[in-house]
Amino acid sequence: MRLSGHGLRCVRGGREVFAGLGFTAASGEAVAVMGRNGSGKTSLLRLIAGLLVPAGGTIELDGGDAELTVPEQCHYLGHRDALKPALTVAENLSFWAAFLGGERGDAAATLATVGLDHATHLPAGFLSAGQRRRLSLARLLTVRRPVWLLDEPTNALDVAGQDMFGGLMRDHLAGGGMIIAATHAPLGIEARELRIGGVA
Amino acid sequence: MTALAALIRRDIRIALRVGGGALIGVLFFLTVVVLMPFAVGPDLALLSRLGPAILWLGALLASLLTLDRLFMADHEDGSLDLITMSRTPLELACAAKALAHWLAAGLPLIVATPVLGLLLNLDMVATGAVALTLLAGTPALTFTGMIGAALAVTLHRGGLLMAVLVLPLSIPVLIFGVAASQAVIVGPMTFGAPFSILCALSLVSLVIGPFAAAASLRHGLD
Repeated sequence: MRLSGHGLRCVRGGREVFAGLGFTAASGEAVAVMGRNGSGKTSLLRLIAGLLVPAGGTIELDGGDAELTVPEQCHYLGHRDALKPALTVAENLSFWAAFLGGERGDAAATLATVGLDHATHLPAGFLSAGQRRRLSLARLLTVRRPVWLLDEPTNALDVAGQDMFGGLMRDHLAGGGMIIAATHAPLGIEARELRIGGVA
Repeated sequence: MTALAALIRRDIRIALRVGGGALIGVLFFLTVVVLMPFAVGPDLALLSRLGPAILWLGALLASLLTLDRLFMADHEDGSLDLITMSRTPLELACAAKALAHWLAAGLPLIVATPVLGLLLNLDMVATGAVALTLLAGTPALTFTGMIGAALAVTLHRGGLLMAVLVLPLSIPVLIFGVAASQAVIVGPMTFGAPFSILCALSLVSLVIGPFAAAASLRHGLD
């Protein structure tokens, strides 16, 4: 499988963010998107996720499921957690598992992996920023998608959390997955660098 | 199907939890209708003539009150991004969200109507007629209101803009809903004609609403 973008151009609010941007990631490869604030890291991820319409260029996923669009084969982990404060940790996770895929992993085991098994019945509104992030990471594990689009994934995670997440990413890559991550901090995994708009 | 069922279950659950919209809507409906007799005065004949109109206006405002959060909350916490990306067509997801909203916020209004009918000097038959028209007409309010809710997300403006956009669209529903109820109470029209049109309005909005809302959300991708 191979995810690639060619000649991507992104315009937001009448201003050109980037143009002529290309990238490729084959199975088992990670791409770390680097660049200063406002250089378009998030915009690139949102283009791939189909949440922004490119002003030019194409994005292709060779060897994916031909019946599905590229965004449908991606997990997107953005700045916002997509968690409902009124629902419990378990309810939030089981909703996304059912809505996104139907293939039910073991929710309890997933929560244990991200270190939230003690808070299963706590409303998500009571979680700390780091715990919310861990719960979002659990979503990536419940439903299998070949491409992970991660926007500053290690934000708010403590050192143990970053180690845990590094392990999850290595497992995903070892299983033939791809990761495109926008980041300032080191990801903790082997990754090709993609610089947007000069050196950060 | 499991995806849509999960979405409906989640939205209903959130609406019924503390801070959800379902109870607020019913309380608002109750407050508006209870205030009316104080404003109109103790003229029982006048009250029962105005009764259906008051109940309908109350229900319209109450459903508007909670509708503007329909997509806004999902937009703010990023859920809408994931819903847009998912394998479930956005149109169906919109329809599921509107259905959940109607079940959580619309149905309770209809259940509360018989109690409120007492306050407006409506007899059993008249109250039943109003409740029946609300049952047939409130889906139209929800599904046309959904278009406004989607536009509010697209334009990054909530609240009042949505009311301004949606209220004109709900005029036909209001006209035929009140006309059908009045037909039972004072005549001389038959109940059937305006009621059929009311049902037709609901069916049309069931079809158009999800497509228009999904188109608006897609157009507003940002």
